[in-house]
Amino acid sequence: MTDAWTSKLDTYLDGELSADEMRSLDAHLRTCPDCTTEMLHRVQLKRSLQSAGRRYTAPPDFRQRVRRQIAARPRTSPWKAWSTAAVLATLLVAGLLLSYYGRLRQERNQTYSELADLHVSTLASANPVDVISSDRHTVKPWFQGRLPFTFTLPELENSDFTLIGGRVTYLGQTPGAHLIYQIRKHRISVFIFEERGLDRALSLPSGGNKAQTFNLETWTDSGLRYFVLGDASSEDIAKLTALLKAAH
Amino acid sequence: MSAATFEDLAMPLFDQLYNFAHWLTRNPSEAEDLVQETYAKALRGFSSFQPGTNFRAWMYRILRNTFLTSRTGLAATVTEPLDTDDDGGIPASAGTPETILIERSAQDLLESAIEELPLPFREIILLCEVEEMSYQQMAETLAIPIGTVMSRLSRARAALREILRKKLGSK
Repeated sequence: MTDAWTSKLDTYLDGELSADEMRSLDAHLRTCPDCTTEMLHRVQLKRSLQSAGRRYTAPPDFRQRVRRQIAARPRTSPWKAWSTAAVLATLLVAGLLLSYYGRLRQERNQTYSELADLHVSTLASANPVDVISSDRHTVKPWFQGRLPFTFTLPELENSDFTLIGGRVTYLGQTPGAHLIYQIRKHRISVFIFEERGLDRALSLPSGGNKAQTFNLETWTDSGLRYFVLGDASSEDIAKLTALLKAAH
Repeated sequence: MSAATFEDLAMPLFDQLYNFAHWLTRNPSEAEDLVQETYAKALRGFSSFQPGTNFRAWMYRILRNTFLTSRTGLAATVTEPLDTDDDGGIPASAGTPETILIERSAQDLLESAIEELPLPFREIILLCEVEEMSYQQMAETLAIPIGTVMSRLSRARAALREILRKKLGSK
């Protein structure tokens, strides 16, 4: 009996050995009494574990409680349902546009503040970036395999901007790239997300915006949504935006 | 999909989910809370469940994540070791605690041995031996690669045998 075989016994009993390995183990078992005995022991242990592991049963009234909790709500009578529907429809028509735009605006504000939060908390962190490099040829490949999309970063040689580095970030559930650039004393965040990953309302109108104390530019290009945000002047933000747009 | 479909899919799992919850929490009332919260969360998130993927693994994952963020779960994860993906560890054979175990038909012994296992070992043993999940389903439930399932399972079994050996030796 060798360890090479015994280590496979459990996988065999789990039914997870490949057909080839199974055949050779079968053949080995026919000639090796030690392994056969070991195998029997493991079968027995497996059986005992199975029954020992099914030790706890829920009280019957608890099952009923959970069933009631997840059961569909009982329907109201058709007459009642109809009148309720009529009232709701009236209210709905009256309030539809208002609430739609209201929500859209609210969610846009939420996007601004989420991006601003990401920007501020990242800069405040001890390790703001996960890939530290001023070289776009280092930073860009780092994102490969970490994000489901690729993007192009601009050449900065003849500009005042320097690239500090980048990290993977999330807006809602959507993964994206967070790059940090510096100009003079100001740090600017560039966020890149897949447009289709973002909620409809999160797609801000393209152009320049003033988000609280930060300047923000946003646009889409080949299915990617870009956000440039920082406390630098709107001219600087616009310059970096132009560089990024020209990088394609 | 409607709420009735959720009930049809989820209620048959009730007993096994409760059993698993009890093993994780080691406490009947916490197990009830955990199961109740799992069903509530699963019902809310049912629209995000991808039909065609494994519903059972999905339910177990919700239960487990809920447990891990609970007070008991947090306490268990800080006091218990993380995975190190080395191959080393305890040799798989040596004694045969099983023979003695069967002779004494020591169900209690086995139960207390499972209970003594650190959380990551306890849950993977239960998913494999009691729930009879495939390696793929365990990987989905525990959100780890299959390779880690295999190494963790093998170390969990070695640890279980070691506990049994000690228990039998001290008798």
